Amino acid sequence: MAKVVAVTGNEAVANALRQVNPDVCGIYPITPQTDMMQRYASFISNGKVDTEAILVESEHSSMSACIGASAAGGRVVTATSSQGLALMWEMLHIASGDRLPIIMPVVNRALSAPLNIHGDHSDAMGARDTGWIQIWSENAQEAYDNTVQSFRVGEHMDIRLPVMVCLDGFIISHSIERMEYLEDAEVKKFVGEFKNLFPLLDLDKPKSYGPLILTDLYHEYKRAQHEVMTKVKDVVLDVAKDFEKLSGRKYGLFETYRLEDAEIALVILNSAAGTSKDVVDEFRNKGIKAGLLKPRLFRPFPYEEVAEALGNTKAVCVMDRADSFGGYGPLFMEVSSALYHLKERPLLINKIYGLGGRDYMPSHAELVLNELAEIAKSGKIRTYKEYIGVRE
Amino acid sequence: MATLNLKELSKKEDLLTHGHRMCSGCGAPTVVKMVLLATEYPVIASNATGCLEVSTCISEYTAWKIPWIHTAFENAAATLSGVETMYRSLKKQGKIDKDIKFIAFGGDGGTYDIGFQSLSGAMERGHDMIYICYDNGAYMNTGIQRSSATPLGADTTTCPAGDVIPGKLRARKNLTKIMAAHNIPYAAQASPSHWMDLMKKVQKAHEIPGPKFINILSPCNRGWRSKTNDAITLSRLGVNSCYWPLYEIENGVTKITYTPKDKVPVADFMKPQGRFKHLFDPQNAELLKRVQDEVDAEWAKLQKEEKCG
Ligand SMILES: Cc1ncc(C[n+]2csc(CCOP(=O)(O)OP(=O)(O)O)c2C)c(N)n1
Ligand code: SF4
Ligand SMILES: [Mg+2]
Repeated sequence: MAKVVAVTGNEAVANALRQVNPDVCGIYPITPQTDMMQRYASFISNGKVDTEAILVESEHSSMSACIGASAAGGRVVTATSSQGLALMWEMLHIASGDRLPIIMPVVNRALSAPLNIHGDHSDAMGARDTGWIQIWSENAQEAYDNTVQSFRVGEHMDIRLPVMVCLDGFIISHSIERMEYLEDAEVKKFVGEFKNLFPLLDLDKPKSYGPLILTDLYHEYKRAQHEVMTKVKDVVLDVAKDFEKLSGRKYGLFETYRLEDAEIALVILNSAAGTSKDVVDEFRNKGIKAGLLKPRLFRPFPYEEVAEALGNTKAVCVMDRADSFGGYGPLFMEVSSALYHLKERPLLINKIYGLGGRDYMPSHAELVLNELAEIAKSGKIRTYKEYIGVRE
Repeated sequence: MATLNLKELSKKEDLLTHGHRMCSGCGAPTVVKMVLLATEYPVIASNATGCLEVSTCISEYTAWKIPWIHTAFENAAATLSGVETMYRSLKKQGKIDKDIKFIAFGGDGGTYDIGFQSLSGAMERGHDMIYICYDNGAYMNTGIQRSSATPLGADTTTCPAGDVIPGKLRARKNLTKIMAAHNIPYAAQASPSHWMDLMKKVQKAHEIPGPKFINILSPCNRGWRSKTNDAITLSRLGVNSCYWPLYEIENGVTKITYTPKDKVPVADFMKPQGRFKHLFDPQNAELLKRVQDEVDAEWAKLQKEEKCG
């Protein structure tokens, strides 16, 4: 029986982790993640979980310790944001290169300089090439559901990769929303017992982790990582199917909203998608065929499926809450790569919004959808990349 | 604690096998073998990036007969703290019943410098492990660059002895004492020349619960520019000149474990090493004297600390 609660995103995810009850957890504070792991620490102190915490002295050590713990053989989690994720960068590649299914909620926050503690996607986007699976979440419910599902995805015997579950800093991590918890026992059963693969603690079969690999094999090793990524989509969908049976909530590689017959569309991640859906409704009420696509699985990126979903639109705006300075926003680059192979494809523009927690308002979505309607009619693009919501 | 009988030890299996690719005459594999010979428990090792790591496990081959993990340069302690924590977690949950020991190996660069925070954190957290620093006094793997363990006056590729600057101008960081200042139950210094002393320290450390640190002198003939057959001779001169005193600090009490009968001048240790050659030029006499003065001062301080208990 589902339990309806009013909780913050951080509390929801902390509870998902409690229900999974991992063996080891790396803990280090950083806003806006801090309170998630504080909650987890109190679960440990109050005997609600069997987890051993490692109260590390930095995020670099946190990821290093998580790698050691995961290689030792067991279920491992940590969580971070922003500078913390940036400090882990070196170790993120090692976690995925060693094929260790560590689960890490990332409470998305801007990167310094200038110092800013508020939500945007620069942190996780900066880690998109680290070989981790990335699953993004619109609200507390999705963050909770994605966290529960992430264990099944990362730990799948055909996959064995670490997973980041992304949720927006403050907007989701600190806002109270209505959501539903699964029962502890249901989550436990859904996630299942951790299955070991090459545990370091197996003394009878000693393993060496982390060798030097030179020009003779490194390339092949990396191709193997590429290949395993191609299998992730199917596993994500299988796990989502099982999850739907349990929860009644349906998940895919992305969510489409009124997209089937849409002529203009927004592609937008996480919490801002919620705001945008309301505006899409307003446009529909005015008789304008607007729609929306909200990516869920960002790594690996589902290129064919996204192309198919957007292929029949006339104009699309990809909304990025991060920038690749001197280039397009990271989400735009993926969507344009997806659409390139189509014979007929929509006109494409890129807007950068909401950096460092700048509010994303319905009026912003309205402005963009009006511009898309204009592009769809005239076939002309005024500008390909633009910052919106800027104080002039 | 088992006794250390050479005959018995010679029958034990080497847990770091031959066939690794460290330079011939390198001190590091000798140090590792001694440490592992003194370990009478199942053991898991972590290794910082450096000469030892890159030469002992190269794709498809490993010289390690024990479970071994390398992740990066600055985090052998943090990585092992994760392994040890998983062990404790599984033990607590009844999923594992064996008694396992944990040893981290790091070079001086990976320990004194870039890995210092990770080491300090792991020691403070109290993980049950021994951290072994094999100190060869420079970043050898990348080609003999200066570290904070490089001795005063040494010529390295980043503090080369030139016409204006005669090598390294700063004294070494005293890491053994810094680790003891963490109030860990056991910190010690050892040398492969005094194998019995070294192995006793390792055995003792294994019997003490919690975090332990042992700093071991590890000659590198490439970086020291010495002969390939004098690793043990040089480490003995290091000890006998009191450049590398052998001592332990157990629960805050300092004990010198070997006092040279005839303390030799530090020049005896330096002379066979090309990295100190320039110090024997007349214009560097002052610096050479400073090296001797600093060794004497440190040795006097250590003796005083031992007296104070
Ligand atoms: C973060 C990082 N910085 C630099 C390096 C390059 N690096 C690899 S090994 C090494 C030197 C290791 O020196 P030390 O720890 O003293 O061990 P040794 O090689 O002397 O045995 C350096 C600088 C690295 N691998 N990672
Ligand atoms: S360079 Fe020095 S430390 Fe490295 S393997 Fe050779 S002798 Fe040993
Ligand atoms: Mg060194």
